[in-house]
Amino acid sequence: MAEREKLIEIKDLQITFGHGKKKFVAVDHVNFDIYKGETFSLVGESGSGKTTIGRAITRINPTSSGEILFKGQRINGKISKELDKEVIKKCQMIFQDPMASLNERAKVDYIVSEGLINHHLYKDDAEREEKVQRALREVGLLPEFASRFPHEFSGGQRQRIGIARALVMEPEFIVADEPISALDVSIRAQVLNLLNRLKNSRGLTYLFIAHDLSVVRFISDRIAVISKGRIVELAEAEELFLNPLHPYTKALLSAVPMPDPEMEKKKKLLVYDPSVHDYSVDKPVWEEIKEGHFVYGNQRELEEYRKEIK
Amino acid sequence: MAQKEVILSAKDVEIQFSLRGKKLNAIRKCSLDLYKGETLAIVGESGSGKSVFTKSFVGMLDANGSITGGEIIFDGNDISKYKTEREWLKIRGKRIAMVMQDPMTSLNPLKKVGKQIRESIELHQGLKGEEAKKAALEMLEKVGIPNPEKRYNQYPHEFSGGMRQRVVIAIAVACRPDILICDEPTTALDVTIQAQILDLIRHLQEELKMTVIYITHDLGVVANVADRVAVMYAGQIVEYGMVDEIFYNAWHPYTWALLSALPQLGVKGQELPTIEGTPPNLFNEIKGDAFAPRNKQALAIDFVKEPPFFKVSETHQAKTWYLDPRAPKIEQPPAVRMLREQMRERG
Repeated sequence: MAEREKLIEIKDLQITFGHGKKKFVAVDHVNFDIYKGETFSLVGESGSGKTTIGRAITRINPTSSGEILFKGQRINGKISKELDKEVIKKCQMIFQDPMASLNERAKVDYIVSEGLINHHLYKDDAEREEKVQRALREVGLLPEFASRFPHEFSGGQRQRIGIARALVMEPEFIVADEPISALDVSIRAQVLNLLNRLKNSRGLTYLFIAHDLSVVRFISDRIAVISKGRIVELAEAEELFLNPLHPYTKALLSAVPMPDPEMEKKKKLLVYDPSVHDYSVDKPVWEEIKEGHFVYGNQRELEEYRKEIK
Repeated sequence: MAQKEVILSAKDVEIQFSLRGKKLNAIRKCSLDLYKGETLAIVGESGSGKSVFTKSFVGMLDANGSITGGEIIFDGNDISKYKTEREWLKIRGKRIAMVMQDPMTSLNPLKKVGKQIRESIELHQGLKGEEAKKAALEMLEKVGIPNPEKRYNQYPHEFSGGMRQRVVIAIAVACRPDILICDEPTTALDVTIQAQILDLIRHLQEELKMTVIYITHDLGVVANVADRVAVMYAGQIVEYGMVDEIFYNAWHPYTWALLSALPQLGVKGQELPTIEGTPPNLFNEIKGDAFAPRNKQALAIDFVKEPPFFKVSETHQAKTWYLDPRAPKIEQPPAVRMLREQMRERG
């Protein structure tokens, strides 16, 4: 698949917090590419570093080594002011909790146009207003909502405002950090549909961060499973469900509750025990075990994984 | 199946809240039988009244809310008539205990975990000093917290989310209640931790012979834990049945909508079916079937007359005109009809 354009390339990324003795490595040796127009999902438990990676791409968290490339240009570490502005415009973020991520004291109009104001992306007020209204309409809200405050909206509508705020900047890449975890069942489907529709109409690329594998299957093209700051498996969505190889992926899959009582009653819960890996002599590598299917393991494990593939 | 013993029975319960001089009908004639030793799951959107309904079993309604009709029979008494805290304290915690959604807020951050468990034991079991401590340690061990001796003297902030929820469960279960109400016990937790907590509750239920009520909006969790399911919408139970009947043979259009909107059943490249619109405003009087305005296949009578319960089987009933013999033939939507096959296929 050489012809597909890589929008984001992440090479040997490491992110640490703190200094000296308190230094904590949150993300280590992370490598992946995101192709233009795809939905790439990052799945893992809380504390696994999935959000940290998303925030590093949008330049919220500094990186300590490795590279993040956006359209072939390095965007982590020290970069020129122009490029910084460019990245902020082109890479937007949607947050998890719509109750906490909107400024309670600002009207929707201001919330949505704040990015435009900061970057002077409009000629006059009329153009700004028009841009806001277009963004609101695109996410399925009425233009007159612009004069209201966030508390007047339900959770689903608030999440739509959050999406409109990202859209108004005309981004190419959106990091969606658990955008539906805090929403009600009936609204989840609406927001997922909206994200999918926008992806097609605007040609967006998503990095979708989630902890629930079952939701991710429906929306993603490729899925990476991350554990303790390391990506342990990466494959196309259906392939990952057909051939989960790494024990952590299997444990995650077994933990997801499925809406089928008969299956649920029979299901066996797998618990991931990191001590099953003996990496003292045989060092683990990140290997493409099948076309497009990567897994992290040492030679002995990879041998077993190869036998498992259907 | 032998006739099971009913441990709690709610009949035509009505609950009203007064807000700014207006009356909000949060629960509109809800009836429910809870069978001993079983697990009942109550599902519904936020605002459907599932929490309010179960809170009325322990007398924990907010000050502006009250039970205005119906009865709740528990242990031969109508507990809906209870007025004073003294009456409630005989039930709450002792006989019916509750586990709340967010373990971050349901523990006291200023008290050591051990002390918080001991409080409940001292109050309800009358144990004192060393004995109470021993019982508390035992509880910690029972809910799967390693190193109970050390953990006993720690504060809630030293615990992770999953461990904190285990502590909350320990407090609730410490006085061996007959009924344990779990209000979204795992929504704030990770999937892997969620699975462990659900497992823990199931073990405790078997060991202590408890009856469990789950309140949740996650149908995956329901499939995992429930024996029986009640689907709530706009302050009413609209469908009630055994878990298999609800998942494989649902009849209420709202249950259909909930099932079809699940991302787990979605087909890639196609839009997920959604539930348009919003639940009705409970300040107003609702005419007919509350779900009708959001139901694309609603019948004319749905807007005029409220449907009664129709029996699908001995254990399964649904409140919809679709089941009336005079109704036009309506098929279950494909997502519901095919649920079993589809899930099998995906393995």
